[in-house]
Amino acid sequence: MPSTFLRALTGFAVGALFAGQAFAAEEKVLNVYNWSDYIAEDTLAKFEAETGIKVNYDVYDSNELLESKLLAGHSGYDIVVPTDHTFSRLIAAGILQKLDKSKIPNFANLDPTLMDRAANYDPGNDHGIIYMWGTNGLGINVDKVKEVLGEDAPLDSYALLFDPKYADKLATCGIHVLDSASEVFPVARNYLGLDANSESDEDLEKATELWMGVRSDIQKFHSSEFINALANGDICMAFGFSGDILQAKGRAEEAGNGVNIEYIIPKEGSLVWFDMMGIPADAPHPENAQAFINFILDPQITADISNYVWYANANIKSTALVVEDVRNNPGVYPSAEVMSKLFIQKTATPKYERLRTRSWNKVKTGI
Amino acid sequence: MEAGTGASAGGGAAPVRTHWRTRLSVYLNTNGRRLVLGVPYLWLLLFFLLPFAIVLKISFAEFAIGVPPYSDLLELTQDGYFRLTLALSNYAYLFDDPQYVIAYTNSLRIAAVSTAFALLVGFPMAYGIAKAPKGPRTILLFLVVLPFWTSFLIRVYAWIGILKSNGLLNNLLISLGIIDDPLVILGSDWGVYIGIVYSYLPFMVLPLYATLEKLDPSLLEAAHDLGCRPWKAFLTITLPLALPGIVAGSMLVFIPAVGEFVIPELLGGADTFMIGRVLWNEFFLNRDWPVASAVAMAMLILLVAPIMIFQHIQAKQADGEGAGR
Repeated sequence: MPSTFLRALTGFAVGALFAGQAFAAEEKVLNVYNWSDYIAEDTLAKFEAETGIKVNYDVYDSNELLESKLLAGHSGYDIVVPTDHTFSRLIAAGILQKLDKSKIPNFANLDPTLMDRAANYDPGNDHGIIYMWGTNGLGINVDKVKEVLGEDAPLDSYALLFDPKYADKLATCGIHVLDSASEVFPVARNYLGLDANSESDEDLEKATELWMGVRSDIQKFHSSEFINALANGDICMAFGFSGDILQAKGRAEEAGNGVNIEYIIPKEGSLVWFDMMGIPADAPHPENAQAFINFILDPQITADISNYVWYANANIKSTALVVEDVRNNPGVYPSAEVMSKLFIQKTATPKYERLRTRSWNKVKTGI
Repeated sequence: MEAGTGASAGGGAAPVRTHWRTRLSVYLNTNGRRLVLGVPYLWLLLFFLLPFAIVLKISFAEFAIGVPPYSDLLELTQDGYFRLTLALSNYAYLFDDPQYVIAYTNSLRIAAVSTAFALLVGFPMAYGIAKAPKGPRTILLFLVVLPFWTSFLIRVYAWIGILKSNGLLNNLLISLGIIDDPLVILGSDWGVYIGIVYSYLPFMVLPLYATLEKLDPSLLEAAHDLGCRPWKAFLTITLPLALPGIVAGSMLVFIPAVGEFVIPELLGGADTFMIGRVLWNEFFLNRDWPVASAVAMAMLILLVAPIMIFQHIQAKQADGEGAGR
């Protein structure tokens, strides 16, 4: 945290310094703020080698954290990657600038169907590109779950998480849940047969009740620790992001520790989201940021990232370059049937957000 | 001092002219003192009162989407009036919802328990250091301060490795056969107590050492000569004389511990719900700066009482010392 702050401060100071020299060439620096575990190992090195632009790379694990930093102003970041619903609110608040598409020729590589979906959040696709997209679901340690629940456990259902009959037993080997008020309630409402995006008090109360029923079974609420915990076999189930769980699977296989992880999009349906890469309005290095977005949209670079992080991309030309393990994985690229059950998250009103945070706090602390 | 100022101000009309050098020295004496005192006041103004005023201002604003995410208090209306809008709802909110009161009481309780433990650990340490011969004493004092040379965050993080269920402590206790099942310390209030006592111990030891070191050993010798038992001498002589150090050390531990965020976040559990977490939630999850500021103001008000007591005792102490000389 202190280093982030200092870096942001330096970014700001440098930005202020250079704002005065409109005609001077942009300093060869780029400050990127992205989700944790969300880029290939060599992406930044390749970008630096190709352009000579030095990248400062910082990470976050929730949209809320990103949004707070941007709302404070002068974050110093040139590239941010908010999820769709947050992205649209940032546009409304005037925090993101329009892309200069003439400087991003690789924009043409983007899948028009998916970009049309993203246009729900950003009419005209003026402010960002789809960096990666994915789903929320359950990551399970198959052997342990079967050991605890028996062979006929419903391994394709959110009942594993929401039904105390199963959750109470799984608690003995450990359950982790994303610590994100925005993402836990839509799936709970959907599981109860309610509108996932309902903002009614009554529906939120029912969803809270559902979580309260299993809160004592949950070992930890955290948005990134579950990757290692799953991979090491410390826990047997996590509610998390698709790619993160598949990364855990990959790490376990690499370590050869006999931990067998599966990612499940439960049959009840789940959240689908697009992470949008954009440029803050007060970015100190907007030119470098455009160059970075163009670089990311290179088919090989995008494919390298998908191969490493196990998330689907929206770059048509890269699909052929994505390795089969990832491309044919239904957890990464879901079938049309599964896709039809997935739902997006709409941008919430501030009033509802406050209730949502409060309710989630009740689930986490019991207060 | 006041009399001196009066004399120099009315110098012209005085029947006996004072020498210019005396007048200059009187002038410097009064104003030089003011100058020296002005520096800490300026410091206080810049780094305490100004931020305080900003937080106070935000606490009366209303939430808005934008940069920054709150409304202006002052606006110029069309018919030329300045309109001041103060939203009191942020403070009303603190009483509406029990979570704030619970978080405050949790914070006070955890800080108080930790302070008590820090005192129990810190007093013998300070006493030992004060009684040590000069050479080792310097080394011991240096060792107390040494942990500050590494980052606070890293030191707290290291405790995760010690306290977790298959960590150093549990493995040691299990291998010694003292316990069969690992103790759950990480993720409970005990983890937080340990973290706070560890992190703030130097703030307890140093003021205690400063008072214990000044303690006149002849008082204890006299007590001994008069047949007083060591334990009673400790209770009736050492402890009362060390009281200023105890109060100073306790305040230095208690006050920051109330607002602690990092330690409960890393070593506590989901139900270790302290005011730092409330502030984080308001600020980062709700992005509601006004309510976050109101929470911060309430915390400050809550802490004013112990600070006043501290000031009072210090002032009394200073008076006592002054009279002694």
